[in-house]
Amino acid sequence: MIEVKNLHKAFGKGAKRVVAVDGASFVARDGEITGLLGPNGAGKTTTLRCLYTLMQPDSGQILIDGIDAAVDPVAVRRRLGVLPDARGLYKRLTARENIDYFARLHGIENETMQARREALADALEMRDILDRRTEGFSQGQRVKTAIARALVHDPKNVILDEPTNGLDVMSTRAMRTFLKSMKTEGRCILFSSHIMQEVGALCDRIVVIARGRVVADESPDVLRAQTGEASLEDAFVKLIGTDEGLAA
Amino acid sequence: MNAAITVFLKEVRENLRDRRTVVNTLVTGPLMAPLIFVLLINTVITRELGKAEAPLSLPVAGAQYAPNLIGVLKQNNVEIKEAPADAERAVREQDADVVLRIGPDFAKAWDKGEPAQVELIYDASQQDARGQVERLRKLIDAYGHRTGALRLLARGLSPSILKPVVLADRDQSTPQSRAGLMFAMLPYFFILGGFIGGMALAIDTTAGERERQSLEPLLANPVPRWKILAGKLGATTAFAITTVLLSIIAFAVVTRFLPTEKIGMSLTLGLRFVVATMFVMLPLAALLGTLQTLVAAFAKSYREAQTYLSLLMLVPIVPTLLLSVMPVKTQLWMYAVPLLGQQVTIVRLMRGDPVSDAALLLCFVATAIAALLAALVTAKIYHSERLAISA
Repeated sequence: MIEVKNLHKAFGKGAKRVVAVDGASFVARDGEITGLLGPNGAGKTTTLRCLYTLMQPDSGQILIDGIDAAVDPVAVRRRLGVLPDARGLYKRLTARENIDYFARLHGIENETMQARREALADALEMRDILDRRTEGFSQGQRVKTAIARALVHDPKNVILDEPTNGLDVMSTRAMRTFLKSMKTEGRCILFSSHIMQEVGALCDRIVVIARGRVVADESPDVLRAQTGEASLEDAFVKLIGTDEGLAA
Repeated sequence: MNAAITVFLKEVRENLRDRRTVVNTLVTGPLMAPLIFVLLINTVITRELGKAEAPLSLPVAGAQYAPNLIGVLKQNNVEIKEAPADAERAVREQDADVVLRIGPDFAKAWDKGEPAQVELIYDASQQDARGQVERLRKLIDAYGHRTGALRLLARGLSPSILKPVVLADRDQSTPQSRAGLMFAMLPYFFILGGFIGGMALAIDTTAGERERQSLEPLLANPVPRWKILAGKLGATTAFAITTVLLSIIAFAVVTRFLPTEKIGMSLTLGLRFVVATMFVMLPLAALLGTLQTLVAAFAKSYREAQTYLSLLMLVPIVPTLLLSVMPVKTQLWMYAVPLLGQQVTIVRLMRGDPVSDAALLLCFVATAIAALLAALVTAKIYHSERLAISA
């Protein structure tokens, strides 16, 4: 379970000060897919970066399975599987070596590591690329590898920053299936997106974020009912009060 | 398995797969010092041998006016050649190093017993010409003195009245010490070797990792950042040390085949040289690797890091230049200064001067402490938020 309480984060000082996250609060529950939806620059990535302790919030609290990220960041990262915005691979290593590197950093035993890696390779349908060097991988192959290495330690909580970014239709569908299968395994899944259909099709809960604030936190159906709009996209535009950034 | 070792092994494996890095570490870096030394020693040998009487080829204008002088020059191993039409221009354009010109009035003045003029046309800014000009000047002076003495004798006077004071040179230099500047340059090339060996990794593990956007996922792992940094520094240092070790061994081997005995220089670089040099270079490789990592951590991209590191590469030359311009007596405190300590140690070992074990230890410990401090500063940088974000 991921809990975010009154999160604040700003960059720069004085006149250049930019408030990225301005008092965001929400909860992502186990066995659910929670979508963090917002236009570009709404503070999604910054919120997620605070979650996996890459950044320290100016104020507010983050609890992962009840562990305070400010108190024990290493324990928090152990409970998280993270696909960040930056998903670079080591191009002189094979996909398998990329995955194993992260598994070892998690301190996983060899046997467990092999079993997990093989299971992920099947689930992500990437067995054929496992022993190829990642240089020259397609975008889809890169994302698969990045997801496999993020999940090799079998984390209870999974954070994905725009996971379908740059993927073609087939890869996107495969990704959705994969996310759903993780949900049925009882994991807590939090992913960010600015694409409506994706969020609508997948999420049990949608957290709409605009200008660093949470403007809605409901199930898709409730969201539609609340705003009185038939389509999720219209509901979204109404919530953030502008249609800027949606086109991107 | 410890996370730092995991990072170390991954960085080593990944970089061993990069041909350019491997070539730099195993070939370019190690060959730097021996190659430069071969070049330098060749220059010294040529210069020393040149002092011995190699035939001097001399263009002379108006040789017919002073057959006696020409005869004396020929006896002294000077080959007389036809002078170019425009002597001044030939010298300026470096077609000739030096030209001797004898005017038509020479014989007349000579017969009258008046000073007879000959002209030496040369360019003092040409290093190569200097030795020839010196040699020629001496020959002509000696000829003049001898003739003067004979003239005095003919008038019944002792030639010694013209020499109230006699100066006798007692040069204490050896070929080895005359090659001082060259020796002073050498440690820099060892240090440069280590620098080249560590450079690729210092960049790849920091700015490179950020540029290819793999730093953020890496830092999302449940490993304290200092452990990740420790693994990276370890890998960079390992590459730098490999380069330095190969460099020293290659150097020791190469010097065995150089004809240094021809000029009376004894370069006996035995096991002690290899071991002692390695001993003082070890912590320096760590220090340089850490500094490279520190500098590269500030860079946003691979290219930017390369620019910074090229500038950093000039730092080790400072003590080298200082010592070669101001040759000061070696004092104990010098061993405690990183770079300067290695400089002094290597130069003394090369010249066959003694270096005490205490001095070696001082050099090692002082540099190791500096490396540790640099690592602490780098660790601090590594904890900054800004570092992790790929722009």
